[in-house]
Amino acid sequence: MIGHLRNVLGALLVSAAAVFLAVPALAQTGKLIVVTSYPPDTTTAFKAAFEKKYPGVKVEMLKKKTSAGIKYLQETAGNNTSDMFWASAPDAFEVLKGDDLLVKYKVKVKGIPKKVGSFPINDPEGYYKGFAASGYGIMWNTRYLKAKKLPVPKEWADLKKPVYFGHVGMSAPSRSGTTHLTVETVLQGEGWQKGWAEWKAIAGNFKTVTERSFGVPDGVNSGQFGVGIVIDFFGLSSKASGFPVDFVYPTVTTLVPANIAIVKNAPNAKNAAAFIEFLLSKEGQELLLNPKIRRLPVNPATYAKAPSDFPNPFKDSSIGSKVKFDLKLSKNRYNVVNSLFDVMITYRIDELRAATKAIQDAEAAMAGKSNAAAAKLIAEARAAVDATPITAVQAGEGGFNKIFKKKRKKASVKVTGRQADIEGQWDDMVKANYAKAKELAEKAKSML
Amino acid sequence: MAGIAIAIFLLAFLIFPVLKVIYVAFQDPDTGALTLVNFSDFFSASLFRESFYNSFYVASVSVVFATLFAVPLAYFTTRFNFSGSVLIQTLGIVPLIMPPFVGAVAMKLLFGTNGSINLLLDEWFGINIPFMEGLNGVILVESIHYFPFILINLSAALNNIDRAMEESAQNLGSRGMRLFRRIVFPLAMPGYVAGAALVFIKVFDDLGTPLLLDVNKMLAPQAYLRISSIGISDPMGYVISVILIAFSLFALWTSMLAMRGKDYSTLQKGGGGLAKRDLRSWEKVGCYAVVIFILLLVLSPHVGLLLLSFGTIWSYSVLPDAYTLAHYTQMLASSGQFITNTLLYAGLAALFDVVIGTAIAYIVWRTKLPSRQWLDYMATAALAVPGVVIGIGYLRTFNDVNLPFVDGPVASWWFVIVIALAIRRLPYALRACVAAIQQVSVMLEEAAENLGATKRRTVWRITVPLMTGGILAGFITSFATASVELSATIMLVARESDAPLAFGIYEFMQSASGRGAGAALGVIAVVIVTLATYVSHRIIERGKQQQQSSGNVVREEA
Repeated sequence: MIGHLRNVLGALLVSAAAVFLAVPALAQTGKLIVVTSYPPDTTTAFKAAFEKKYPGVKVEMLKKKTSAGIKYLQETAGNNTSDMFWASAPDAFEVLKGDDLLVKYKVKVKGIPKKVGSFPINDPEGYYKGFAASGYGIMWNTRYLKAKKLPVPKEWADLKKPVYFGHVGMSAPSRSGTTHLTVETVLQGEGWQKGWAEWKAIAGNFKTVTERSFGVPDGVNSGQFGVGIVIDFFGLSSKASGFPVDFVYPTVTTLVPANIAIVKNAPNAKNAAAFIEFLLSKEGQELLLNPKIRRLPVNPATYAKAPSDFPNPFKDSSIGSKVKFDLKLSKNRYNVVNSLFDVMITYRIDELRAATKAIQDAEAAMAGKSNAAAAKLIAEARAAVDATPITAVQAGEGGFNKIFKKKRKKASVKVTGRQADIEGQWDDMVKANYAKAKELAEKAKSML
Repeated sequence: MAGIAIAIFLLAFLIFPVLKVIYVAFQDPDTGALTLVNFSDFFSASLFRESFYNSFYVASVSVVFATLFAVPLAYFTTRFNFSGSVLIQTLGIVPLIMPPFVGAVAMKLLFGTNGSINLLLDEWFGINIPFMEGLNGVILVESIHYFPFILINLSAALNNIDRAMEESAQNLGSRGMRLFRRIVFPLAMPGYVAGAALVFIKVFDDLGTPLLLDVNKMLAPQAYLRISSIGISDPMGYVISVILIAFSLFALWTSMLAMRGKDYSTLQKGGGGLAKRDLRSWEKVGCYAVVIFILLLVLSPHVGLLLLSFGTIWSYSVLPDAYTLAHYTQMLASSGQFITNTLLYAGLAALFDVVIGTAIAYIVWRTKLPSRQWLDYMATAALAVPGVVIGIGYLRTFNDVNLPFVDGPVASWWFVIVIALAIRRLPYALRACVAAIQQVSVMLEEAAENLGATKRRTVWRITVPLMTGGILAGFITSFATASVELSATIMLVARESDAPLAFGIYEFMQSASGRGAGAALGVIAVVIVTLATYVSHRIIERGKQQQQSSGNVVREEA
């Protein structure tokens, strides 16, 4: 195959380089294999710029979605052929770090601050580096809103309103690391119980929970649903591609860093290091301003080159700094949050929607009237929807969390409790609660 | 000998890698000891029981719809003088080639709540039909997507029936529906059952369609979501995989049971006896109306795909805003090798499949080897193994294996993708080959042997030629479906230069600007596979005519 031929050529180049040891310091040679989840718009731009700077290096971008990329690196670790992992969600890097599949690297470029918003840019232990950030926001289809006569949403709280019933879409945190950060940020900002209540109030308006994070902009672009909760570059690049969509950052938004790391036993570790330095260099950071890539650079100096409407998290304190994000807390309860979201929302979306609809109808019937008994029933119905199977203390508890992330390497490791068993109990409770809420709300409505 | 070789092949490339992944299902998550506790968790969870019911419901209803689509097309084109038969047969295969992601996008743009059809209905009548909501959407897409399994196998079977049977029935006064119900359909039963079993099992195990329609409460998506979620190592995903495999084998066994004790073989093959019948003109109009309606319906995803690839922006409107060729230039600039890779991989995989499929069919139906049925069961089990499980299993099994002529570990060699595709598509070819051999009367082979032909010569000169139609049907289904496979390949592609078409579509579909280009690549995939199918249909037709004319010469000489 062509690839095989190229490998042979690559090998020849490497051996040629070995013979001519007296090459100048910059002239790197050989290959660089990057496992990445980024779209071609991003990868081709960086590949071309990097290859231009280091003409001897051939970059190969191996595109896999984040979860497939992790599995790929885990399974091929014994005979590794990849050099770098390049993706958004820091938790993906945490998983790889936990499996001892990354190596530490010390960046030479100067001028990168420690934090963007309230988020630390780099892994404190030095394994992975942030090179850009992105903010979460709301995206909508202008034709859709116009046809259905819906107002333009501006804030997260708007999405709870009954007018958006059946018009909102979002991805699940277990499917998309960036979505997970958004969910976690609200939980930390509002508190555990209130945060979940907030999410369920928004989710009651969901048309769908998409399997991929890109499914959300895709659905809004084609008009399957009108409003989506998305990361900024999805919304803005869709708009740049000509779709009748728009995007807004709500006043409280979360910043999500995007990362890169060198894989352990990388065959071309030297080129990998050069790639990190390039990403963080002036030229690399400026590439991020390209409208098709459009991420927020981590080097504050780069914003001088940005267009005037480009948000600058280093100047504008409303972006991503409202919530003091506790990375350790997030890491501790990572899988529990994912699992709770799936049990309460993703898998029971029909039941949740039915309960929400009943409550919204009852509240609409209630408008302008006073009926204490009905009001009490509605409040009870809300409380039944809002109830969360476990408390924040339980969710953050180490022993409980182990059930959700046990990876028994040795038979001697022992943990008690089974995830399936616990999820089953949660599911029974959630299902019963939603049914109860629906019943109460319908009863309230019949009294009005 | 061949039996042992195939058994070893299946063990090495299917059973062993899959076991390496799913043994977790039988492990106590607390202690690591062998246990069945995970299975009791499965049956006690109401979410899983509902998922099981949904999967069963969707699979059964899809078989019904697929039958309604396939039977008229197969019957009209094989029994009557019907111009455009080859074209109809070819177009009938096209739905099998539904490129990942873009196919679902196209369906949603046409049939979704705010798709073209519903926008029109809303404008004209103020109604909205939930074609694509929840399980409805899965049933619609699956039955359109997989009905060709029935069409192909049923057509092959109809062509194989001795026409003298029908002729006798007609002479005795049987006509129309009665003739079809009492004579033709029962004789074609092996082909129909092979196709229907495939549809049922495939829909039951299918992952891509429900996921793309964001339906989670079915078994295969539940398994996938658990296996592929970041950082989750819950054994339930593997438990569900085991249940999928077991249930699929059960369905297959049931279908075999239904066929047992009946002899469907006829001595005379196709061609002989009565020629194709003529239709009266009003009958013809009716038949064409039915055929055109079915074709329009089953080809609608591809019409949508075509519009998507030429349209500029298509958003909340009946048709795209304007048309352009830009997506094709964007796609052609980067996708040349995807196309050649796909032809190579899918072609090789389909070739392996028919060779192995014929061998298994022969061993199971013509030899007395002990436990020979298990070859069939093993190969068919591949249907139920999620692609991602095969992908991970291969990485686990072959990553530490190095071959002298391969650069890097075997798991990252492109040929592994071919093997994965061959294993995943083997059941399709196998069902077609089994149906073909069931219709060949063993008496023909015995006659050849009595005349002094060796076993090998008999297989080569008698059995295989008589099975040609079925073998070709198997090749086409394997090839067409392998060319758009994604779930196993996405795990196994180790170099961009080795990536097949589906991978390229996936790449395009990751960005808003790539939707049109992805659709364009999908269109190319459909066109290539359709052409390949058309050419092979022509080859069979010509082969048949030659056989017939040589047969006539012999008869005249006699």
